[in-house]
Amino acid sequence: MCFQQKMIHSLFLINCSGDIFLEKHWKSVVSQSVCDYFFEAQEKAIDVENVPPVISTPHHYLISIYRDKIFFVSVIQTEVPPLFVIEFLHRVADTFQDYFGECSETAIKDNVVIVYELLEEMLDNGFPLATESNILKELIKPPTILRSVVNSITGSSNVGDTLPTGQLSNIPWRRAGVKYTNNEAYFDVIEEIDAIIDKSGSTVFAEIQGVIDSCIKLSGMPDLSLSFMNPRLLDDVSFHPCIRFKRWESERVLSFIPPDGNFRLISYRVSSQNLVAIPVYVKHLISFKENSSSGRFDVTIGPKQNMGKTVEGVVMTVHMPKAVLNMNLTATQGSYTFDPVTKVLAWDVGKITPQKLPNLKGIVNLQSGAPKPEENPSLNIQFKIQQLAISGLKVNRLDMYGEKYKPFKGVKYITKAGKFQVRT
Amino acid sequence: MLSLPPVQKLLRPKSVVGSDVAKEVTSPVLATEAGPPTCYSALRADELRPLAAPKDEGAASTGQPPRHDDLKEMLDSNKDSLKLEAMKRIVAMIAWGKNASDLFPAVVKNVACKNIEVKKLVYVYLVRYAEEQQDLALLSISTFQRGLKDPNQLIRASALRVLSSIRVPIIVPIMMLAIKEAASDMSPYVRKTAAHAIPKLYSLDSDQKDQLIEVIEKLLADKTTLVAGSVVMAFEEVCPERIDLIHKNYRKLCNLLIDVEEWGQVVIINMLTRYARTQFLSPNQNESLLEESAEKAFYGSEEEDTKDAKAEAASLAKRKPYVMDPDHRLLLRNTKPLLQSRNAAVVMAVAQLYFHLAPKAEVGVIAKALVRLLRSHSEVQYVVLQNVATMSIKRRGMFEPYLKSFYIRSTDPTQIKILKLEVLTNLANETNISTILREFQTYIRSMDKDFVAATIQAIGRCATNIGKVRDTCLNGLVQLLSNRDELVVAESVVVIKKLLQMQPAQHSEIIKHMAKLTDNIQVPMARASILWLIGEYCEHVPKIAPDVLRKMAKSFTNEEDIVKLQVINLAAKLYLTNSKQSKLLTQYVLNLAKYDQNYDIRDRARFIRQLIVPTEKSGALNKYAKKLFLAQKPAPILESSFKDRDHFQLGSLSHLLNAKAVGYQELPDWPDEAPDPSVRNVEVPEWTKCTSREKRKDKVEKPFYSDSEGESGPTESADSEPESDSEESGSSSSSGTSSSSSEEEDEEEEEGGSEEQSEDKEGEEEEEEKRKKKKEKGGPRKASPRSVGSEEEEEAEGKKVKKAAGPQGKKGHAETSSEEASASESSSSGSDSGTEAPTVVEAKRRKVIPSSKAGPKEISLLDLDDFTPPPPQPVPSSSIISTSLVTDLEGLTLTDTSLAPALLSPAFGAVRTYELLHRMAGEGLSVEYCFSRRPFPGDPHMVAVQIQISNNTDAEVKSLRVSEPKLLAGMRIQEFPEIESLAPGDTASVVMGIDFCDSTQAANFQLCTHTRHFYVSIQPPVGELMAPVFMSENEFRKEQGKLTGMSEITEKLTLPEKCRSDHAIVQQVTSAANVGRVPCGADNEYRFAAKTVTSGSLVLITLEWREGAAAQLTVNSEKMVIGTMLVKDIIQALAQ
Repeated sequence: MCFQQKMIHSLFLINCSGDIFLEKHWKSVVSQSVCDYFFEAQEKAIDVENVPPVISTPHHYLISIYRDKIFFVSVIQTEVPPLFVIEFLHRVADTFQDYFGECSETAIKDNVVIVYELLEEMLDNGFPLATESNILKELIKPPTILRSVVNSITGSSNVGDTLPTGQLSNIPWRRAGVKYTNNEAYFDVIEEIDAIIDKSGSTVFAEIQGVIDSCIKLSGMPDLSLSFMNPRLLDDVSFHPCIRFKRWESERVLSFIPPDGNFRLISYRVSSQNLVAIPVYVKHLISFKENSSSGRFDVTIGPKQNMGKTVEGVVMTVHMPKAVLNMNLTATQGSYTFDPVTKVLAWDVGKITPQKLPNLKGIVNLQSGAPKPEENPSLNIQFKIQQLAISGLKVNRLDMYGEKYKPFKGVKYITKAGKFQVRT
Repeated sequence: MLSLPPVQKLLRPKSVVGSDVAKEVTSPVLATEAGPPTCYSALRADELRPLAAPKDEGAASTGQPPRHDDLKEMLDSNKDSLKLEAMKRIVAMIAWGKNASDLFPAVVKNVACKNIEVKKLVYVYLVRYAEEQQDLALLSISTFQRGLKDPNQLIRASALRVLSSIRVPIIVPIMMLAIKEAASDMSPYVRKTAAHAIPKLYSLDSDQKDQLIEVIEKLLADKTTLVAGSVVMAFEEVCPERIDLIHKNYRKLCNLLIDVEEWGQVVIINMLTRYARTQFLSPNQNESLLEESAEKAFYGSEEEDTKDAKAEAASLAKRKPYVMDPDHRLLLRNTKPLLQSRNAAVVMAVAQLYFHLAPKAEVGVIAKALVRLLRSHSEVQYVVLQNVATMSIKRRGMFEPYLKSFYIRSTDPTQIKILKLEVLTNLANETNISTILREFQTYIRSMDKDFVAATIQAIGRCATNIGKVRDTCLNGLVQLLSNRDELVVAESVVVIKKLLQMQPAQHSEIIKHMAKLTDNIQVPMARASILWLIGEYCEHVPKIAPDVLRKMAKSFTNEEDIVKLQVINLAAKLYLTNSKQSKLLTQYVLNLAKYDQNYDIRDRARFIRQLIVPTEKSGALNKYAKKLFLAQKPAPILESSFKDRDHFQLGSLSHLLNAKAVGYQELPDWPDEAPDPSVRNVEVPEWTKCTSREKRKDKVEKPFYSDSEGESGPTESADSEPESDSEESGSSSSSGTSSSSSEEEDEEEEEGGSEEQSEDKEGEEEEEEKRKKKKEKGGPRKASPRSVGSEEEEEAEGKKVKKAAGPQGKKGHAETSSEEASASESSSSGSDSGTEAPTVVEAKRRKVIPSSKAGPKEISLLDLDDFTPPPPQPVPSSSIISTSLVTDLEGLTLTDTSLAPALLSPAFGAVRTYELLHRMAGEGLSVEYCFSRRPFPGDPHMVAVQIQISNNTDAEVKSLRVSEPKLLAGMRIQEFPEIESLAPGDTASVVMGIDFCDSTQAANFQLCTHTRHFYVSIQPPVGELMAPVFMSENEFRKEQGKLTGMSEITEKLTLPEKCRSDHAIVQQVTSAANVGRVPCGADNEYRFAAKTVTSGSLVLITLEWREGAAAQLTVNSEKMVIGTMLVKDIIQALAQ
């Protein structure tokens, strides 16, 4: 007999200590021992981040992702686009996150039945079936404390007793019969600055990664259009399937029937570098003296081009070289910690006030006898600026068609540091 | 008949007493059932009960692990909450990978449980363990078989899904039938499930391939987005080689693509990539020449450049100009928007499609999207970077603008860093090398030593590829030789060695420097490299080389093997060039090597000694030793490990592993000659042709798709409003795309436009002819139920597009949109508008159903409940659960191939069509009817009559309805909803229900149009007044025993030649009457059972086939009239 079986065969969930705590097979059962190949690769990789996502074994291929301290290892038998599997596994993890509030081992173990029901619906014979959260939530209700109490009293269940209408309609992301007393639509424009700043303070690379996350609680079948003051700013956009692509192409208007609840409407990129204003600067002096087993560390963070907003939630993390034993520093603002095991220095600065710039200064103790570290660590900076989209993107208006009521509409802007790195 | 409730009643008191007892009692019952089927079928109900008792003790001794007893008890309880709790615990066990297979009998009993969650969990269990417990798994099958007939599409779909997931080879025929039937289901969702089931069945039994291909072919023609992805997935798994099946569906798939769900998109795009490679010509065939000249021009003078260009132009002119097939363009155009998908797999699929199919100039568009994916999860980055690495070798220019996006952060995982480095190296050229080298300098100081090593190699590659920077790189690397980290130094040495080989003469200083390093460097590879360098270029460092050898001889025994080999090598080379100083050293080294533990080294020593030291025995080779050892060696070429990886389809697993994965479909090379493009022409029915002509004249901008979507709006209750809105947006936006696309295609259109137009017209004429032929064929085809359905669809679709065409014509303005675009649009419009067709038909159906339709029945997806029985399963009112376990089992034991059709689908046999109103009598309106043999949804006592009305007049027929029925007492009629209008040439299909009161009296009524009334009557054949019943042989005998005497009619008959096979007999009987087959132990006996629709009286048919042609037919029924008529009908049917 010919067994040509494609797509995802089995799924194993493995925690960091190497225990397989959940397995699910969509076809014939594959023995747990197949995971040994994975463990072997994991051991070789040393770091969890470096486990290759695709491993070839004599009879199977293992494609895995690492999310929230869990490895999702899927077993594949034949050719399949690896991204297809990876994307799906992330969708599974997203769904768990969505259902249980966190995608942790405990949450999955506590809700093992729901997890199983979800996996059953999401994949049929290894091929994705229902991955839209709106449909899934109609089929299987997410657990809440209240419901579990009610269930235990009334004996009712988590399995939805209504038909997943969305699955049948041509807008599968929205369920039918949505009703709210307060009709609200919120949009969060979140922009992250990815940047590499070199030693001298000049920008090597910078771009803005933006997303618009939405929370739509509108009754019925609203048809929304969202327009921007300056849509040409958006360089490269990816859309939620609900968005009518042609409308965007021709008019640069986001027109869509939204899913119910929280979802990511678009993500976009603003990549031309001169558009990217870097809101902070860092003055740093990190040096290790030859043969003295000590070094100097002096870092100051200051605001720059912040358009009148305060930079807050500033945190700096530094992976110090292995030779560093300890650090004796004083911070003019905030507090710092140094973990001598992982060699990570974390400085929680808080808000930057231009009058008095935060500074962290002191002595680095090195392992005596060890050669002075050649490399200087890079500084990873996090920050947040409320009520500002650094690219200058502005929502113009939101119109709703198809329903009579007047919804409450809200837009929030926020800028954050993404992968923001200062080389020293 | 044995029904389960008595057994359970019997057991329940015991099970309360102790869990052990419960287990003991239940298991033997089930164990017997699991036994050989034939043996069980012979058992009578009364035999079974005593059987259960003695086995009790036996079960106790065999004993299953006791820890599951509590679970079994809970499963046997009649409280859903206990069952649920038990199932939850069992599922948790499965999730943990614990074996729960011994609970199978206890669990499978609950397959018909009313509680949805219990049922769902039972399914989970069943699918997991069915393969291991095949016999027991059969118990559940009939539940699903019933589910397959449920009026609710979601229940049908879910039944099919579970049924097809049970990997039990015995049920292959049942699955096959179920899939076939579901493939022609009204509901696109059920058809989608059918498509999903195909690969499952195929993996279970690959012998079914041919039949499955038929189903796939049918489903490929489906016009809904819901089905498209799933059926292409099935196609890819079952028959990827049957590329011919795609031709007719190609344009439709291209047009539907954007609306298909994400996962389906990936599969379709990958398949279309392969398809396009076999059907179209390479868009770069001319450019490959251009490319060469361009490369030359890069270094050449300007003059040369222009000359080249001229020559090139001349040679191009000679060749046939390349014109892209419009279908090729269609694919590229329709996939492009998907680059904006949020799904990385979709973006990657489009990217590889463009990489493999698009003209070189257009491939660039994918770079941006791929770079965007680099922001995603690290696993996604990993895969994308691998593909970018391959692409960046072939098409460097594409990613150059995004160079900085590949810059490395110290926080990236090492495997990502190394891949980014690979891409950066591939992108390096003379203009950007300085930037890249500056970036590399930062990397060299990283803490991640593996990454530093990779960076050094990257620098080496840049140096070999770009001559200009070779010296700079070399100097930089030499500086690294004083690095404190040994790994860095070692890697540098290896790379320097490779670089030096390119121009050794100028670098004796570096060689000297490296010779000094032998004291410090411990990394074997680096030591070996240095030794090789010194040996190879010993003439450049004549003083140092013997000294190095001296040191090495001293430490020889402590060296690694690769170092030892190089020591021998160095010794040999020195002996040949400078034997005075090194003779003794060489002999010493060779002696040491002679007694080495490693045989490679011993061999090498022996070999070299013979070769270089002249002895009496040594042969002629001695003379050539110097030439052998000191020959000019070509410099190694440092090239990317991603070179030539693009012979694997990008984005595939094989590409990632750089090895052919199981089941990989080779991406074919472009054909030299394009295959006939007309194979993709779809027969365009007349209506589209008109509109497309109109369009050609008027150049209407509004695309069909959105228009018809709008038209269909009102039929979709919930979605109607937004849909019509989307129509507006679609139409307005389409202008934008068409204009943008026309820009792109201007060139091609100028060349190919006129040709195409004439071609198109020809094509249309052909199609017209074909269509006429098809129409003629259409008549006889109607006999089969499936063709009725499909025509229904076609017609519905036709009607809709007509509607759509109206406003379009009016709106038309003279405009010059691309010829090709309109051509493709017109072809697509047919298929697109069809998307909605089934839903419309369904909507109509829904309207037919009276509003009183039981609400609760529709509640759940998984409610396979048959206890509120749909009409064809009349159950004796006394034994409610009789249809459950035991009965199922009895039915099942005999489920062999020939039996299956009757069991499964009464509606499957040939359905005859009768004429209600002839075209002449109806003044152009012709009406036909047939008995669909499906339960009439509104009322179980009614016979469903499917009516097909065709308008053959030139005018629209309005308000078609039924009026003034003249019925005998007791007869009732459920009219079909008024058809508001029927356009000329259109056909509508409706269902009405008639309660004939179990008589063959005709139902008379008037069929009214807005102008005319026609008197018509429907007279049912007696065989249509009943619905099949599923019963066991025992039941059958029992019931037959009650219906003797007056109720029994026996007739003798002779079977004609062609009716002497099992198959033929069953088919003839089931075509004559709507009956279900009853399993039967004897070989030459056939039994059928049915119930009259109105009163529910049993009709039992027995056909005994004696020797030769003789046979005896017995019909038992308390309705004597029906019995007599049925005998007549069946004999007539068999005699035919």
